[in-house]
Amino acid sequence: MDSLPLHMRPERSFQGFILALQRFWAEQGCVILQPYDMEMGAGTFHPATTLRALGPKPWNAAYVQPSRRPKDGRYGENPNRMQHYYQFQVIMKPSPPNLQELYLKSLGAIGIDAAVHDIRFVEDDWESPTLGAWGLGWECWCDGMEVSQFTYFQQVAGFECAPVAGELTYGLERLAMYVQGVDRVYDLNFNGREGAEKVTYGDVFLQAEREYSRHNFEVADTTMLFEQFRMAEDACKKYLDAGWQENSKLGNRREHLMALPAYDQCIKASHVFNLLDARGVISVTERQSYILRVRELAKACGEAWLHTEAGGSSPSS
Amino acid sequence: MPDLLLELFSEEIPARMQAKAAEDLRRMVTDKLVAEGLVYEGAKAFATPRRLALTVHGIPTRQADLKDERKGPRVGGAEAAIQGFLKATGLSSIEEATIQRDPKKGDFYVALIEKPGRATIDVLAEMLPVIIRTFPWPKSMRWGRRSERPGALNWVRPLHAITATFGLETEEPDVVSFAIDGIEAGQTTYGHRFMAPSAISVRRFEDYEAKLLDAKVVLDPQRRKDAIVTDAKQLAFAQGYELVEDPALLDEVSGLVEWPVVLMGSFEEDFLKTPAEVIRATIRNNQKCFVVRDPKTGGLAPKFILTANIEASDGGNTIIAGNERVIRARLSDAKFFYETDLKTKLEDRLPKFEQIVFHEKLGTQAERIKRIEQLAAEIAPLVGADVEKVKRAAKLAKADLLTEVVGEFPEVQGLMGKYYALAQGENASVAAACEEHYKPQGPNDRVPTDPVSVAVALADKLDTLVGFWAIDEKPTGSKDPYALRRAALGVIRLITENALRLSMLQTAKSALTGSQGKGVGDPDKLVADLLSFFADRLKVQLREQGARHDLVDAVFALGGQDDLLMVVRRVDALGKFLDTDDGKNLLAGTKRASNILSIEEKRDKRSFDGAPDAALYNLDEEKALAKAIGEVSAEASAAVAKEDFAAAMRAMAKLRPAVDAFFDKVKVNDDDPKIRENRLKLLNEIRSATRAVADFSKIEG
Repeated sequence: MDSLPLHMRPERSFQGFILALQRFWAEQGCVILQPYDMEMGAGTFHPATTLRALGPKPWNAAYVQPSRRPKDGRYGENPNRMQHYYQFQVIMKPSPPNLQELYLKSLGAIGIDAAVHDIRFVEDDWESPTLGAWGLGWECWCDGMEVSQFTYFQQVAGFECAPVAGELTYGLERLAMYVQGVDRVYDLNFNGREGAEKVTYGDVFLQAEREYSRHNFEVADTTMLFEQFRMAEDACKKYLDAGWQENSKLGNRREHLMALPAYDQCIKASHVFNLLDARGVISVTERQSYILRVRELAKACGEAWLHTEAGGSSPSS
Repeated sequence: MPDLLLELFSEEIPARMQAKAAEDLRRMVTDKLVAEGLVYEGAKAFATPRRLALTVHGIPTRQADLKDERKGPRVGGAEAAIQGFLKATGLSSIEEATIQRDPKKGDFYVALIEKPGRATIDVLAEMLPVIIRTFPWPKSMRWGRRSERPGALNWVRPLHAITATFGLETEEPDVVSFAIDGIEAGQTTYGHRFMAPSAISVRRFEDYEAKLLDAKVVLDPQRRKDAIVTDAKQLAFAQGYELVEDPALLDEVSGLVEWPVVLMGSFEEDFLKTPAEVIRATIRNNQKCFVVRDPKTGGLAPKFILTANIEASDGGNTIIAGNERVIRARLSDAKFFYETDLKTKLEDRLPKFEQIVFHEKLGTQAERIKRIEQLAAEIAPLVGADVEKVKRAAKLAKADLLTEVVGEFPEVQGLMGKYYALAQGENASVAAACEEHYKPQGPNDRVPTDPVSVAVALADKLDTLVGFWAIDEKPTGSKDPYALRRAALGVIRLITENALRLSMLQTAKSALTGSQGKGVGDPDKLVADLLSFFADRLKVQLREQGARHDLVDAVFALGGQDDLLMVVRRVDALGKFLDTDDGKNLLAGTKRASNILSIEEKRDKRSFDGAPDAALYNLDEEKALAKAIGEVSAEASAAVAKEDFAAAMRAMAKLRPAVDAFFDKVKVNDDDPKIRENRLKLLNEIRSATRAVADFSKIEG
């Protein structure tokens, strides 16, 4: 780390911080993916986590995923609440026996020294009703601040995980704020430069926060969104239906040829639902039924995935 | 005798599960030892975030040998019987059996079975894996490569190492040899995650505990708790403050650290403008830190106490600074929530309740609030409360549920309502009712006395009870998801402790008509059923107070008793009366009268109602009894009308000599049927006279 130029050091720059994490997990054998090109509420929705957590094949990956939480927008007024922020996601299947040690080492790689910080694993069981998924684990605390989620997936899309995957989610802005010692997310140094060359998180995202907050809470076209939800749901089901096929080479076992495109529509439906929720047009009772509808899609996609090559049902070559 | 040391070393065990897990481990191992005939001298279990440990000392080295004689078939008996005998006893041929002579019944075979006791260490090696596999964690999980196999080990979090040794103090102990899912039991454990992570080789409990302490692990949760409290008090005291003790938080915090290091941090004085309860909830729930009181002001001090898990190389400065940052951010959120809440009047929040479902079948919160308002207004005059204030309080009492602060910290519901009501200039009783209408929450909670609070509290609870009764969601067995028993007990305490006069049937009916009129069935039946639920709760409460609950039945059996205060007073007077000699004898006399009557009623297939004929009395004792009944009835009824139950009981006492004398001298079943009938009618009069106070036949003993 000391060989890095100042502006690349994780405690000086947000991008350096992300790069340090990527490098660390690359060294642990993870494939470093880029963000999925769809809007989603959490890195877990990325097919590299949701779908790859299912089935018997080993899978180690890490990636940054922008998380869209329309309801969390605060028009850029709140020091740490945003409708768009970054999560850094690590998934390792099967969960390695030293995953906790790896996690602690990764903190060291971004400048958090376990000799002066109080790092704790505090019970926090994870459940995603929309994904039909749950796991046991912790929220990881550093000096009283929650900085990561650590989960051993037990079930995803309604299916038992066999083997179990370990999932780590870092709240990047929050951690970087801590490491950089700033109290307002928009004051984060993004590029690690000083003076005229310095670009802050605010320079990059503040305007977007204002615009999207207005959009999410006031303007987003609800008639269109209701329609989009329905369309995504229909498309998902249609692609799922169209993807099933008997494979004579596999002794007429059923296989699925379009789990990923179908799952995209599930992601879409989930995000549209979040937007509708932010617009306050979904009542308490309806809310539950929308969540159930997305879950049904996720479960069907999970089932389809288990009948694909990467999902593990067919031989890999 | 040798000792067992067992340690299950894992990733972090949730704090709330540790104490029970330690106890379960102790119970399961010792129960099984005893079941295997291995009586031990003592056992103690411990838990830290990363380990469950158990020491059992004084276990015999071996099980005792078992000798058993099994009687078999007759010599020369059927071949099938002999084969069965061999199979059951494990003998390889009948020659191994001895023959017992019996000249009368014939000789028969006897098998001497000797079951040598097994070495304890083998018994342990067999039982420990079973215990680990069947351990009752509230939630458990699979992990790692083995999780794809069926039957993979489930544990609360990944299990990494098992230490299991058995042996004498003076000798090198043996490892109890077993393996579960690839984890071999051994004698290696690990110290503190950050300060002493290396492997440690342990022999037995004494060196185990000491080596852990060297490796910065305090094994005993009680020692960790004591250390935290002592240090926290000291830190607070050094600054002139006092620790606000919090046993539940202490339990949790001590389950989050293996090596407690107590530190004190500060926050800005300005935050103290936010209500103390909100500050405490913020610091406690979100940060698991203690708050500190300033004894000079009685209020909170701008300090908090945290428990870290390490001795940091910088003396804890970074940890304190980090925690201060988080607490500052949390408190500014809380302050922001509080100030935001103050900007909206409570009544302006109400429309939102129209969208919030209270219960699928019981409508929205808005509908419920309207019902409570209406019912509270009806109750108001009965409890001496101002109707307008009661209506106002009922309207506002739930509004704080929609505030930011209560959304964040549900435990301050009601209390925040009071603060917000005061802040918007509501009358003090109205504001108090916003908090107190939830009370009493349990048998130890305070009962409100302000009539406004009382009216709203009763209406709130009765609406709940009547509502769930109407949709047939009554508590059954141990299931009471809507806390209806607590609500009923609350009503009972509100009424009796405030000495309120209320017809329960009428009030419940009002609650019913005000609300879920639709599809309720027979309202009279419903409220009667609810009344008997109250009777049951009252019995439970009296039993817990050590009073005689059977007297409740005796009073309710009179019928028409729906004024709970009067029921309680009657029960009380009756209980005192039955403690006297007069009471006991009168009860015996009345029961005797009742018994005779019920036998004769059965025999004659008729009742003996109606006034006896004075002309048919031919004995002095009959006349005296008739006279006494007349006097006592009049006197007791007058006393009951004045609700002076003690006086009614005193009147009853006068009946006793006449009843005793009657049974002494008079033969009821006279040969003359007319006289017999008249005497039975007289007996019936005793029964009805005593019914002025209670149905004596329902009293036990």
